[in-house]
Amino acid sequence: MVRKSVILLLAAALVAGAGSLAAQTLNSGLRGPAPLNDEGPAPPMMPNKNTAEKEVRNYPEQPPVIPHSIDGYQIDLNGNKCLTCHARARTAESQAPMVSITHFMDRDGQFLASVSPRRFFCTECHVPQSTSNPPVSNDFVDIDTLLTRAAPGGRR
Amino acid sequence: MSTANGAESRPGFFARVWNFALELWGVLIRPSSVFGLGVLVMAGFVAGIIFWGAFNTALELTNTEKFCTSCHEMRDNVFAELKSTVHFTNRSGVRATCPDCHVPHEWTDKIARKMQASKEVWGHLFGVINTREKFTDHRLELALHEWARFKANDSLECRNCHSAQSMDITKQSPRASVAHQRFLFTGEKTCIDCHKGIAHQLPDMRGIPGWQ
Repeated sequence: MVRKSVILLLAAALVAGAGSLAAQTLNSGLRGPAPLNDEGPAPPMMPNKNTAEKEVRNYPEQPPVIPHSIDGYQIDLNGNKCLTCHARARTAESQAPMVSITHFMDRDGQFLASVSPRRFFCTECHVPQSTSNPPVSNDFVDIDTLLTRAAPGGRR
Repeated sequence: MSTANGAESRPGFFARVWNFALELWGVLIRPSSVFGLGVLVMAGFVAGIIFWGAFNTALELTNTEKFCTSCHEMRDNVFAELKSTVHFTNRSGVRATCPDCHVPHEWTDKIARKMQASKEVWGHLFGVINTREKFTDHRLELALHEWARFKANDSLECRNCHSAQSMDITKQSPRASVAHQRFLFTGEKTCIDCHKGIAHQLPDMRGIPGWQ
């Protein structure tokens, strides 16, 4: 008898809890306010940044991002559209930054005459940037800021 | 044909054709004794218009996207590749169809190109590029032909829509604006020099100037 009433109480508590949970709007960063069992409206597709202005790197090893549109650029066995501007021999005409010298290196550290096959597919690391606002905030702090914070005015 | 009698009563095929041609020639050079000169001239004039119209209509029929893609070589290769590019769908809904870029719009040049295209009919009949593999094997050769044509006529087919005069460089991205001022407006380069592979996939680009 006691056990039965306990079970009933538990069930009531569960129902009440579920009700109050359903009443809340779950606000997940990526999903937005859409309920879990619904598919919310798709956010508008934003164009890519196309300023052609260099963007700062967040850490020295970061592959620089592409500050321009690359729609329809073919990068495959037949050809590499990026290299028609960024290849060593093309930079005088295009005034584009040359691919880094590290890209000429094979995996044994030997420098080749041109871009190494393992570095040929630009968009494996370098990506264009969307103009949309990031749906999830980011509290990344770069190393310079961090060091200044640790010892204000001190030596780095 | 089996008996000598039958062969005598009916002359051979070539002899009959020759006799018919002689008779026709006789009719054609004999002056008309029924119709007046004015009637003949007017009738000739009207017939000429009708013939001309029919000829041009037939020519224009071969100048449509539908006609080009009626061959699977075009539909499955170059047309399929075009579909993902800006010349097929874009924000303003203007589509460049096959002849817009590949057939000159000027009449004499168009006829010259149409005569060249008889080689393409030959290629279709004998299946020169009737598989994807054969097509990719020939892609460089085909592309070289088109690049040479664009280079020779200063990218005329591009300029039928994209004219340097009506190009507003303030509306362009900084990169495009600088490049067009440096190379297009000075006449140093023509469209195809930089804009290769904008509507179809590229062939093996090794050895092509500007490419690696």
